[in-house]
Amino acid sequence: MQTFRLVIKNAFRHKLRTSLTVLGIAIAILAFGLLQTVVGAWYAGVEASSATRLVTRNSISIIFFLPLSYKEKISQIPGVKQITYASWFGGIYLSEKNFIPNFAVDAKSFLELYPEFILPEKQKKDFLRDKKAGVAGRKTAEKFGWKIGDTITLKGTIFTGNWDFNLRGIYRGAQKGTDETQFFFHWDYLNESLRKTVPRRADQVGWYSIGVTHPDRAAEVAAAIDKTFKNSLAETMTETEKAFQLGFVSMTEAIIIAIRIVAFVVIIIIMAVMANTMAMTARERIGEYAIMKTLGFGGGHIAGIIFGESLIIAFMGCALGIAFTYPAAEAFGEAMSTFFPIFNVKSQTIYLDIAATFIVGLAAALFPAWRAVSLKVADGLRRIG
Amino acid sequence: MEQRKFIVEINHLYKSYRRGSQILPVLQDITLDIAEGEFLALMGPSGSGKSTLLNLIAGIDKADSGSVRVGGLDITALSETELAQWRHSHVGFIFQFYNLIPVLTAFENVELPLLLSGLSRKERKEHARMALRIVNLADRMEHYPSQLSGGQQQRVAIARAVVTDPVILVADEPTGDLDRVSAKETLDLMERLVHELGKTIIMVTHDPRAAEKAHIVRELDKGVLNADIQAGH
Amino acid sequence: MNIPFSYSLRNLWTRRLTTVLTASGMALVVFVFASVLMLAEGLRKTLVETGAYDNVVVIRKGSHSEVMSGIDRLQASIVETQPEISIGENGKRLLAKEIVVLVNLSRRGSDKPAMIQVRGIGEASLPLRPQVQLTAGRLPRPASFEIIAGANIAKRYKGGGLGETLRFALSDWTVVGIFDAGNTGYSSEIWGDADQLMRAFRRPVYSSVLFKLRSSSDFQGFKELVESNPRFTLEAKRETQYYADQSEMMSNFLSLLGLSLTTIFSLGAVVGAMITMYAAVANRTGEIGTLRALGFRRRNILMAFLIESLLLGLTGGLVGLFFASFMQLLTISTMNWQTFSELAFSFSLTPEIVGQTLFFSLAMGFIGGVLPAFRAARMNIVDALRAA
Repeated sequence: MQTFRLVIKNAFRHKLRTSLTVLGIAIAILAFGLLQTVVGAWYAGVEASSATRLVTRNSISIIFFLPLSYKEKISQIPGVKQITYASWFGGIYLSEKNFIPNFAVDAKSFLELYPEFILPEKQKKDFLRDKKAGVAGRKTAEKFGWKIGDTITLKGTIFTGNWDFNLRGIYRGAQKGTDETQFFFHWDYLNESLRKTVPRRADQVGWYSIGVTHPDRAAEVAAAIDKTFKNSLAETMTETEKAFQLGFVSMTEAIIIAIRIVAFVVIIIIMAVMANTMAMTARERIGEYAIMKTLGFGGGHIAGIIFGESLIIAFMGCALGIAFTYPAAEAFGEAMSTFFPIFNVKSQTIYLDIAATFIVGLAAALFPAWRAVSLKVADGLRRIG
Repeated sequence: MEQRKFIVEINHLYKSYRRGSQILPVLQDITLDIAEGEFLALMGPSGSGKSTLLNLIAGIDKADSGSVRVGGLDITALSETELAQWRHSHVGFIFQFYNLIPVLTAFENVELPLLLSGLSRKERKEHARMALRIVNLADRMEHYPSQLSGGQQQRVAIARAVVTDPVILVADEPTGDLDRVSAKETLDLMERLVHELGKTIIMVTHDPRAAEKAHIVRELDKGVLNADIQAGH
Repeated sequence: MNIPFSYSLRNLWTRRLTTVLTASGMALVVFVFASVLMLAEGLRKTLVETGAYDNVVVIRKGSHSEVMSGIDRLQASIVETQPEISIGENGKRLLAKEIVVLVNLSRRGSDKPAMIQVRGIGEASLPLRPQVQLTAGRLPRPASFEIIAGANIAKRYKGGGLGETLRFALSDWTVVGIFDAGNTGYSSEIWGDADQLMRAFRRPVYSSVLFKLRSSSDFQGFKELVESNPRFTLEAKRETQYYADQSEMMSNFLSLLGLSLTTIFSLGAVVGAMITMYAAVANRTGEIGTLRALGFRRRNILMAFLIESLLLGLTGGLVGLFFASFMQLLTISTMNWQTFSELAFSFSLTPEIVGQTLFFSLAMGFIGGVLPAFRAARMNIVDALRAA
């Protein structure tokens, strides 16, 4: 155990240098953790989405609508248990900077198919009763200080005009990954207005969400739906919700790749900082290593001391960096809330932090250890002067 | 013998160091005059205060009380900036471990103090070359310190000390790190500086052979200067 | 007179391993810093080149983008008769009534879909966009199932090459021409005859009206007319502004991410420089004492170490910039969140970015070096000499 004490003492011999190195590693681990969390946030929608629900949309692209009449036809297809529909409303609250995902939904069937949106029983009743009612996610309600009973005005982008909604409910997510920033309201309210103003756009929905009786038959059902509408005016494209979300993510893939590369670069930067410290330390102590060799310590022993010191410093930085990561992710998530509704540090990120630290600690000690091992005693002693 | 002028006049000099809450007296009531062209050796056991006295004469340390006059100027009254300038033009340093700058060549090391003078590039070169010729190293100008032997390094250091043509040279254990032959060469060189160039040398040493070369040997013990011991001359 | 420059330089050279490690850490940070600036600049350039200042885009009020907009034929023809519109060489008005829809296409060599803008063009559409050049084939004939594809589409999407066919809106469309629009968004579009596309997609309305102003100063008047007249439910924007608004979210995201990264990274690099410089000071304590004894002042010592640290920063900066300059060969292609359509832009290096990057790297060197340099300068001569 004497060796272990020596390792600890060595690590703290240069208090300033050790603290700076620990700080440097902590910063890098923090950056790495944040970047991993950004990548995770990118896929949060994919993870929260279900592999058993299907999404049917216009095959041309998401901006084209489907007729409401498809609802009955889809319901009759074997394997379809539940169906609901929604339209992307694209309304703006006060200013374009306040991005809130907002949809017009068929409220009753929507809440049945999406049990992850948890609404207290009373609020649910109020929402279903009031034609002009809207429901907001917890995060959005908190961000804008909305209270139940407030009137929320959204400026339409796809559907012209200002739209007033009565906030009747605030939902919570059932899981950590559930998006708590959405706002949804009655599709009927939208449709009735459109009938009066732009009749040609009435009775159309953005997409259908479908619950299937047997999840393992989802692919079969999807194919059956698309076949039903083949060569009709609005051909459909049906895929699982997960695949649908993944499609969106893959369109921004370039940015994810860039972030991944940067995360990798961070690790190399820590390596440079850490390797530098170890190289300097070992150079200063070469005389001591020579003395230890004269005293009969083997090269392996000395290498062990160097590796131990490197790993201790690296892991102190790692621990500090991980401790920083949580509050930093919170602040960063706040600033980025427009882009990422979900921004949580995953335990997988922490494991990656630890693995990276281990590699960095080992790599940094490699060269100094090799030098100490191959050191000739006489050369080392001469350096003491 | 005519009355020689004193180049260094030290009066009632006190110096102490603080170690924790303790105050350790290092020099107590030192009074010493050194004549121009003198070669003085300061001897004494470790911790006797001889190096501190040397540092005070050279103006790199501050006394608690008393005065050090060099060439009539009381250097204890100078500010740090004034001291730096004064050192540059009046004092040459010779150290035990030569203290050459490892990344500069022998020539550049000697030229270094001249950068602080107003000399032109050309003049600096001439002066530095001449100083290296005096120490007999004109052929080693482009060598780095690591490529020179200990004795050669010390001679470069001596060239650096004399290049600004200072009034006094201070040497702290100049032979402490040298073998017997190199030590003798170095001492001979120092003696030549006194005889031929009229320099005043104040040297701290442990080495009896070095002390032999000096005109005067003074001994310090526990911060107190003992009576004169005239050297063999 | 100062301690010679070569002293600082050679000290870095002597401790090569440490210098290389520190400088490469800084180089990576500078690389990221420069890349982020280049990306933002590339995006800006794309937008600037896409729009012309004297062109005006008219879309439905509040719709923000052509994709979401809709203008009925009546309103479009009223806009067409406004006096602010410039007249082209052939005596016709430089105005195009266009339709923009998104379609799903697959990339070559993968099944991953991307949403591509299909633009129905009029006669004036090409003259209004001088940056768009037909590089192969010919223009589509009116009322035919013919299209021309942007260079990006031709290169990267299945069925996008000359003579190939693409299927959308229940029809097959033959690519009869390829056009190049440089870095602009048009390179990722497909163009066809507006009326034919409206029929095929069963959309009775235009998406936008684009025209060139007769005089640049006419814009304000036209905007007020369109936006105050209750007959219109339209809004008008200069084309440059329109495209800047389109990518606001993307550029905000890039700058926010870039800023956070650069801040965190530069902290790391400064710490790295500080470690190196503190070690340099510690290793050279004796030298510092000697220099001081020779008559060099505190500020000379301070300068020597600061110069050393600045050199370290500059080395990192130059290396980082060198590698960052290769990023110009890359094009980032991603979905624009605001329009759901493809947005492609490259990294772009400008003299300003070079200046900013070098300043940034020197600043890192300075901040990393200033505390160690002060420690060196504040050393007591006697103590420093004793450490030799």
